[in-house]
Amino acid sequence: MKSDLSPRMKVAVYGLMLVLLIPFVFPTWWMVTSSVKPISDIFAFPPEIIPSRFDFSTYRQAFELQPFAQQYWNSAYIAAIVTCGTLLFSAMAGYAFARIDFPFANALFMVLLVGLLIPSEVTIVPLFQIFLGWDMINTHWPLILVPVFGAPSVFATFVMRQFFIALPKELEEAARVDGLGRFKIFWTIALPLAKPALGAVAIFTFLHSWNLYLEPIVFLSSPEKFTLPQALTQFTDAYGGAMWNIQLAAATMTAIPVLIVFVIAQRQFVEGLAHTGLKG
Amino acid sequence: MTVVATHSDPPRRKRVFWTMDRRDSLVGYLFIAPQVLGICIFVLLPLALVFWYSLHEWNVLARTFRFTGTENYQRLLSDPGLLKVLGATGIFSVFLVVFNMSLALLLAVLLNQKLRGITIFRTLFFSPVVVSLVAWTIVWSFLLQNNGGLNGILQVVGIEGPNWLRNPTTAMISVVVVQVFKNVGLNMILFLAALQGVPKELYEAARVDGIPAVAQFRRITLPMISPTVLLTSIITIVGSLQVFAQIAVLTKGGPGMSTTVLVYYLYQQAFEFHKFGYGATLSILLFLIVAVLTFVQWQMRKRIVFYEK
Repeated sequence: MKSDLSPRMKVAVYGLMLVLLIPFVFPTWWMVTSSVKPISDIFAFPPEIIPSRFDFSTYRQAFELQPFAQQYWNSAYIAAIVTCGTLLFSAMAGYAFARIDFPFANALFMVLLVGLLIPSEVTIVPLFQIFLGWDMINTHWPLILVPVFGAPSVFATFVMRQFFIALPKELEEAARVDGLGRFKIFWTIALPLAKPALGAVAIFTFLHSWNLYLEPIVFLSSPEKFTLPQALTQFTDAYGGAMWNIQLAAATMTAIPVLIVFVIAQRQFVEGLAHTGLKG
Repeated sequence: MTVVATHSDPPRRKRVFWTMDRRDSLVGYLFIAPQVLGICIFVLLPLALVFWYSLHEWNVLARTFRFTGTENYQRLLSDPGLLKVLGATGIFSVFLVVFNMSLALLLAVLLNQKLRGITIFRTLFFSPVVVSLVAWTIVWSFLLQNNGGLNGILQVVGIEGPNWLRNPTTAMISVVVVQVFKNVGLNMILFLAALQGVPKELYEAARVDGIPAVAQFRRITLPMISPTVLLTSIITIVGSLQVFAQIAVLTKGGPGMSTTVLVYYLYQQAFEFHKFGYGATLSILLFLIVAVLTFVQWQMRKRIVFYEK
């Protein structure tokens, strides 16, 4: 790489970036290190940037105080279903809007776009009533159905549509001349080519589901049904005070796996985001 | 294109009902059906219901549900809490958008330099985006405690830090800052992609003409990336109105009502005080604010966006 900055400017840019990095990186470091400190050390003065004594029992306690393994599983399987469902439906709808001529396509697309503009917070009160009527309160159905069919998947559809519009038509036309049906073309030709867009959609759908907080606290009431974000806030003592080191151990277990996947696949994350059709 | 083919050959096609076109349309409808039905059931129907509910007094605990017309709206206008809530929402959103967009632009410009190891910096700046939102907020809550890590570090260098989450001003600063560091990576990447899309020739021409770097940034870079700036500002503003978890975990709307933003107030009224009718009215208010902001920004596009594909 050739830089057109003078050496002095280079030092300045590096220095500035290092200072700016602190609030981005230090909290994660502090979370991990504080989670393995004994309770007496977590508020020590001066603050221990590197722990002097270790206490790993916090990780065991996180599982004893709450059905944490169950909660972990809840979050994981909900996010997995939401991601698969969103990928399927958004790819189908995105393909249809980009490639198939059918009456009222534009009007129907506008309907979807309206859905995109309505934050789920606006509709949370009636959604609660709807799911109450369907006897789905304190089940995971609302956390699956609303993201798969609601506003978040419209965003995914939008991304998929942009991708399919940009995809050259020639491959498909050849297959059509050979007499392949639309569904076959979609499944065997268009979808495999759409891997980059599908990857980006998968990443952001997964993160969205993994982070949901308002919906779980509205729809779920028993601890064995809780998802991770909701469970994390429940590590409190009898007086409602936070049990910091246990809470941070649970937070670490929630954050680190995703962070590791991100570091391994960071190119796909970052480039996927940049190419989601959001630019320009 | 298939339309032309069918029409040019009417006699033979007439008897076949399932023409290529019709089959294609059917597949099209089948493909979009799950999404369109889903939007109708989980977005548009609730939106209609929220309006209907807002015309009722509805207390879930007292089991009352009666039509009251515009009573909730009159109550909304005379609600002494509403001004505070709108004030907190406005301050939060404005600070958040300004801080988020400027930091994102600064980081994008820094990361756009051709320097060794720049990918590592990009990864690190982006990393909070993938850290679980509540986990991130809990760590910050821990850092911002009166005897927490931040004040500890400040004390080492001889500064007496405030009790961040217990003072109205610093509590507001805290929720904004925590949110910005969590999500600024998204805008940073979008800006970076936009910066890399600016044709190099423009800068070369400017350099030949001896135009200083700051003027190049204002006259070339900003106009060229203005579509991205507009789009990300819409996303960021609408997103700032949806912030809930951070407030719930960090301050619970306090101290007093200083960080009670509209979504948090809505949640309290509907799900803590069980006033569903009034909660629905607040939802309508939130919806109107989002709709107006989005509309205004799309209108502004015509004036400020210099370049669009």
